[in-house]
Amino acid sequence: MDTLLVYAYQVAFSFSIFILISLGLAVIFGMMKVINLAQGEFIMLGAYACVVCSAVGLPLWLAVPLAGVIVGAIGILVERTVIRFLYGRVLDTLLATWGLSLFLVGIVTTIAGPQSQSVPADLGGVSLGGLQVPAYSLVMIGGACAMLLGTYALWRFTSLGLIVRGTMQNPEMARALGTNTSMIYMFTFGFGSALTGLAGALLVPLFGAAPTMGLFYIAKAFIAVISGGPWPLLGTLSASSLYGTIDGVISYAFSSVLGEIAVLLVAIVMLRLLPQGITGRLRKGL
Amino acid sequence: MKLSRRQFTKLAGGGLAFASLPLTLSKAGLASEEPIKVANILDQTGGLNIYSLKQMKAVAMAVDEINAAGGLLGRPIELIFYDAQSNNQLYSQYATQALLRDQVHAIHGGVTSSSREVIRPIVQRFQGFYVYNSLYEGGVCDRRHLSTGMVPGQQLDALVPYVVNELGGKKGYILAADYNYGHITSKWLQKYIRDLGGEDLAVEFIPLDVSNFAPVIARLQDAKPDVVWSALVGAAHMSFYRQFHATIGKDNMMLASTTYSIGREHVELTPEEGEGIVIATSFYDGLGTPAAEDFIQRFHDYTGETDYIGEYGESGYRGLALWAEAVRRAGSPEPEAVMDALGGTAVEGAGGLYTIDGQTNHTTMNIHIAVQDADRGFQAIRTFEQQPPVDTQLVCNLYENPNDTTQYVVEID
Repeated sequence: MDTLLVYAYQVAFSFSIFILISLGLAVIFGMMKVINLAQGEFIMLGAYACVVCSAVGLPLWLAVPLAGVIVGAIGILVERTVIRFLYGRVLDTLLATWGLSLFLVGIVTTIAGPQSQSVPADLGGVSLGGLQVPAYSLVMIGGACAMLLGTYALWRFTSLGLIVRGTMQNPEMARALGTNTSMIYMFTFGFGSALTGLAGALLVPLFGAAPTMGLFYIAKAFIAVISGGPWPLLGTLSASSLYGTIDGVISYAFSSVLGEIAVLLVAIVMLRLLPQGITGRLRKGL
Repeated sequence: MKLSRRQFTKLAGGGLAFASLPLTLSKAGLASEEPIKVANILDQTGGLNIYSLKQMKAVAMAVDEINAAGGLLGRPIELIFYDAQSNNQLYSQYATQALLRDQVHAIHGGVTSSSREVIRPIVQRFQGFYVYNSLYEGGVCDRRHLSTGMVPGQQLDALVPYVVNELGGKKGYILAADYNYGHITSKWLQKYIRDLGGEDLAVEFIPLDVSNFAPVIARLQDAKPDVVWSALVGAAHMSFYRQFHATIGKDNMMLASTTYSIGREHVELTPEEGEGIVIATSFYDGLGTPAAEDFIQRFHDYTGETDYIGEYGESGYRGLALWAEAVRRAGSPEPEAVMDALGGTAVEGAGGLYTIDGQTNHTTMNIHIAVQDADRGFQAIRTFEQQPPVDTQLVCNLYENPNDTTQYVVEID
């Protein structure tokens, strides 16, 4: 078995999980500064949306993007009814989104039951240098990269992206220049939610959907975004690369327990050395 | 179930009476007798409720059946249910409430080992009696505690020889959940595998929130064991079975498990992902004996649910039946009398004969080996009759030390 290839795969897969679970948060928390404790539940909603879409007969490649759209719509609903009254009120947002997360877990458990569900990808395995890996995990890696690049391109190269960045940087100025900042906030929150829902749907074939699955991801998502620092996308990318590499290498070379420990340990040390995050010393940017 | 005002105030206070209908009681001539009270504390809500939902109903059914058949010692049983919401703090609160306010004769319930260890000291303190209807890692030595579920000694004593000798699983690779159940079970697995001349290539503990099994799958392909032993637990670990199926596959490597099917994993995975997994359990729905079929039919009629019941559901019924039989033998529901009558108390149940071992207050039972078929069901392989709780017997003797309350960890060399 080609050891280097095995390590490369472990790192890439772990990296893709970090990107998937933290990209939406990079938009919602990194750009908008909304501490969304219901982020894990948005992942869960995406997973369930994918399960439901498949159950009514849609193929997986349609169910996944549709799940993103559905969760995006839910995000907009949440922004209009809860979040928009709480911009700039950190503690209130924290409480409201925590309540929202409990509510979402409760309602999904009531409707779908406590057991986990899944949609099989039916792609089988492929051989990577002698190692059998699920073919679908390569789809996940590709999907994560595409989401990252797509988000970057949207913010960097479109005029909508320019307006969004301007609004996040200085809402008063943006408003003075005629931007409807309330709509921009709504759109950005919805977009972050859609990314999160998409991620949840992409996770389903290998990780399943369960009402409490958000708990598994929320801490890691915040760790990645916070240690990424003030550049939401570059920071999340570099933090995900760092943690993905550590997790992939240590988990394969030693054990999953040590992989978890190593990631948390590095996060602690890094926040001590770079309290502003990896991109803390750079000029402001994406 | 309609809520009376009395039930509503109980619900508001944390407990809910699952009492039999007044009609049942008057038919059985029990309406005017003073009830024997039983508490059942389980997780109707919260993350762990998947283990409790069937058990709640199975216990209620057992109570109803006893009441309809004339009650216990000529008195009706009143069941008070408390929803601990998957929260150990509530287990402590409700156990206290059940014993002090509601003055119950016995507490049933608790799912996790941690919830059991919350309840036991409270039962000691207020001198009650506690029936724990869940499989667990073994070793609890406590006169006020009765375990009616499987312990590793019973289960592995049947499963490991079958897999190692008859399926040829000499080289094993153990994956276990990273908490006391997984640690203790993996030690027992190692001991049984080595005693049979097999080899345990590695033991890996997986934290309960880890769902990325890519590193594990890669190491399995390096190590090339004959069989993977899974003592994995919970929603995150379900993804192991998915990732295993998508890569190595059970045609190339056997998969045997101490926990699979107990959390209804086989219902949640696709049939292909679960097909071929070998399990050992004290009850599963496909058992096919007349007693099992009869139990399943009654449960379906009682609840209106037709999905998989499984070990956790049946063990609630089993626990209440064993306790009720001990009450009959003692001629009294009082804890002291019941405890004296436990040893040798036996009930013919859905999984076979259940007999209480008085030395340990654990239960001797049949262990059934089964393998999952292509339709999410299980094919019976063999039944090992009357497996005693050998592991706990090694460390616990309540006849000699009636005041013992320790949970022993069996040292294995």
